[in-house]
Amino acid sequence: MFTELNSILNATPDSITQGEFILVSDRQSDASFLIHHFLSFYLRARCKVCFLGLVQSFSHYSAISQRLGVSLTQAREKGQLIFLEGLKESLSILIPQETTTGSQAMDFLRDPTVGLQRLYEFVRSSVSSDGGGEEGLEEWGPPVLLVDDVSVLLSLGVSAGAALDFSHYCRATVCSQLQGNIVMLVRCHGEEAEDDGSDEGSEWLLKGLTHQCSLTLHVQGLPTGYCRDIHGQVEVCWRRRRGDGQHTQKKLFQYKVHDKGASFFAPGTSSAVL
Amino acid sequence: MAAPVNSVGKPSAERPPFNSTSFQKKTRSKLISIPGTRPSVQNGQLLVSTGVTSLDYLLGGGLAVGTVLLIEEDRFDSYSRMILKYFLAEGVVCRHELFVASAQDNPDDILQELPAPILDDVAIHKPVEQPRLSCEPQDNLDAMKIAWRYQNLPKVQCALASSSRFGHYYDVSKTMEPEIRQAAKCHRFYLPEHPTQSSTTNSRMIESYSALLKSLQEAIHREGFDLSTPMSMSRNILRVGLHSLGSALWNDDLSCHDDPMHSHALTTFLYGLRALLRSSLSVAVVTVPSHLIQDRALMGNITRLCDNAIALESFKGSERETNPLYKDYHGLLHVRQVPYLNCLASQLPDHKDLAFKLKRKQFSIERLHLPPDLSETVSRVSRGELAGAAAVASACGSGTSGNKHLDF
Repeated sequence: MFTELNSILNATPDSITQGEFILVSDRQSDASFLIHHFLSFYLRARCKVCFLGLVQSFSHYSAISQRLGVSLTQAREKGQLIFLEGLKESLSILIPQETTTGSQAMDFLRDPTVGLQRLYEFVRSSVSSDGGGEEGLEEWGPPVLLVDDVSVLLSLGVSAGAALDFSHYCRATVCSQLQGNIVMLVRCHGEEAEDDGSDEGSEWLLKGLTHQCSLTLHVQGLPTGYCRDIHGQVEVCWRRRRGDGQHTQKKLFQYKVHDKGASFFAPGTSSAVL
Repeated sequence: MAAPVNSVGKPSAERPPFNSTSFQKKTRSKLISIPGTRPSVQNGQLLVSTGVTSLDYLLGGGLAVGTVLLIEEDRFDSYSRMILKYFLAEGVVCRHELFVASAQDNPDDILQELPAPILDDVAIHKPVEQPRLSCEPQDNLDAMKIAWRYQNLPKVQCALASSSRFGHYYDVSKTMEPEIRQAAKCHRFYLPEHPTQSSTTNSRMIESYSALLKSLQEAIHREGFDLSTPMSMSRNILRVGLHSLGSALWNDDLSCHDDPMHSHALTTFLYGLRALLRSSLSVAVVTVPSHLIQDRALMGNITRLCDNAIALESFKGSERETNPLYKDYHGLLHVRQVPYLNCLASQLPDHKDLAFKLKRKQFSIERLHLPPDLSETVSRVSRGELAGAAAVASACGSGTSGNKHLDF
C-alpha cells in the first residue's frame, strides 16, 4: 500500500468506495507495482479478494506483499484471498497428462475460440459469499477482483471481444450485484496512433475497458527519455462521479519505485531535481 | 622488523582453533547451495552466470534461476549464437546439466563448438598444479618465515567438483576439450529427429512447440529439477538453450507472413516455458530471429512473456562497419527488458546506449563511446541518426522523437 497514492485517490483502508472499476494501463512501461498496491490495500481493508495471477507465480506476489506488510499465505488460509495461479494451472493443459486435475478456469488455453466463460465462472464462485453461518468464519467486506493482467490473455489467443465480454460479465456481477470493486491491468505496446493493424486487439481492449471503468491510472515513460531517478509518469483520470455532476478530472504525477513502495510527486518536483 | 621464526611459531600453534568458540555463524539452512550459483545482493534471488561477465552485470548480477533470457538475434545469427554457446559452456564448467534444442543445427554440433574455458583455478579431471597463494614462498613450505599468518590455510584450493568462481572467461579461438564437455550431462532435442505425433491438444500451439515443451518437462521430472520433489539430495541447475525459436524451421510462420496463421503459437509456448521454469531449478536462454518478424506488437508480446530481453545489432554487412566511429565495436546491444522478481523495483541499467565487442578472451559490453572529433570542420553526423530510432521498451523509454526533446 502506497500512502501517497492513497491520498491521491482519497482512499483509506477504512473507508473504500464500492462499485468501482479501476483500470490500470501502461504503455511501454510496467504498471504491475500498482497491482501490488491494490492487492495489499484491499487486503488491509478486510475485503474478500479474488486474484487472477496469470503472469507470475504465487511466491512472487507473496514476497512483494510481505515487504508491503501483508501476508498472502495467511490471507489465503483464512479464506480472505482466493488466488488463481495461472502458470501452474496452465501446465496441465498445455502438456496433456493422463489425469487432468485442477480447476477448469484456464480451459481457454485448450481452445481459445471458446472464450473465457470458465474463467468467469471461477470468478463468480469465488466472490459470491457462501454465507454458511459457521462459527469462526470471519466476515469479510465487499468482494474485490484483481486481474494481472488481461493482455496476456490476448497473447494466448483469446480475442479482444471475448476479453471485453469477460470484463463486462465480471463488472455486472462484482460491481453492480455485489457492490464490490474490480482492478484490471492492461498492457499496451507501441505508440497510440499506430494503425498498421497489428496491435488492434490490445488497443480495442484498452479503449473498451476505459469506456467501462470509473477510474484509470495510465502509466507511461517520461516523454523526454530515460531517467534513473524518475521512473515514469502516472495519469489518474476519474471518469464518473455519482451525484456530484463533475466532469472527468485528470491529474498527472511522476513516480519512482523503491524497494518498499513508490513515491508520487508533481511533475518537476522529484527529489533528484530539487 | 621481522620476528624470528621460533617465537612466532609458538603463538600460532597455541592459538585455539576458531571452531572452538561459542560463536556460530547463523547459516540460513533454507538457502540451497548449488555450485555455480550465488544469491543476488538485491533481493536474494539465486543467480547463475550467463558465461559473459559483462552481461551478468547488465542483468543485475546474473540470470535468476527460473527465468528466461530472450536474445533477439542479429542479422547473421553470429553473436547471439556466441552468447548461447557461452551460456552452455558456463554450464559445463559449473557442472550444471544442459538441455539444447534446435531445429537448424544438430545440438551435437552446437556442443562441439563450445569455447574453451580459460582455466587457471578450475579443477577438472587432470589436476592443475598451481599454487593458490602468490605470497607463499615456493621453496620453504613447512614453516613460513614471512607469510606466517597463512600457515594454517590450505595450500591449494581443494579440488571442488566444480569451480567456485561465479563467472568464467573463455577463449573463442579454441573449442572445449571433449573430456570436459562429456563430463556434463546433456539432453538434446533436434526437431527433424523428433517424430511428429498427431497431437490432440489445443490448436494454438503447433506440434513442434508442444513436443519441445513435453520433452523439456520430461527432462525436468526425470532428473529431479522439480521444486516439488523433496530436497533430500544435492540439487543442480538445468540450463536450457533454445535456438532460433520462431524461425520457419520450427514450422512456425511468424517470420514468413505478415498475418501468420499460428500467431499465438510462440507466445503460448513461452507461457508454458515460463510455467515450467518457475516451478523448477532451471534457467533458459531463447534466441529469436526478431529481424524477420514484422509485427512489432507481436515482438512486444514475446518480450513481455520473457523476463530478461536483449537485442543484438551487429555492424556486419551494414554501412556502419566501415564507419570510423564504430571501429572499436562489433555491434550495438539494446536492453529491452529487465525483470523485477520478488521485489518492487528492478535494476535498470545506467546507460541505454551499449555496444559490444567480441574479443578473443572476452565478450565485452561497454557504454558506446564516441571519440572526440578533433577535425576542424564538424564532420560527424548527429548522434540521433547514428544510434537509430529503435524504440526502447523500458520503464522510461519512448525516445522515438528524441531529436526534439532533451535527454535527461
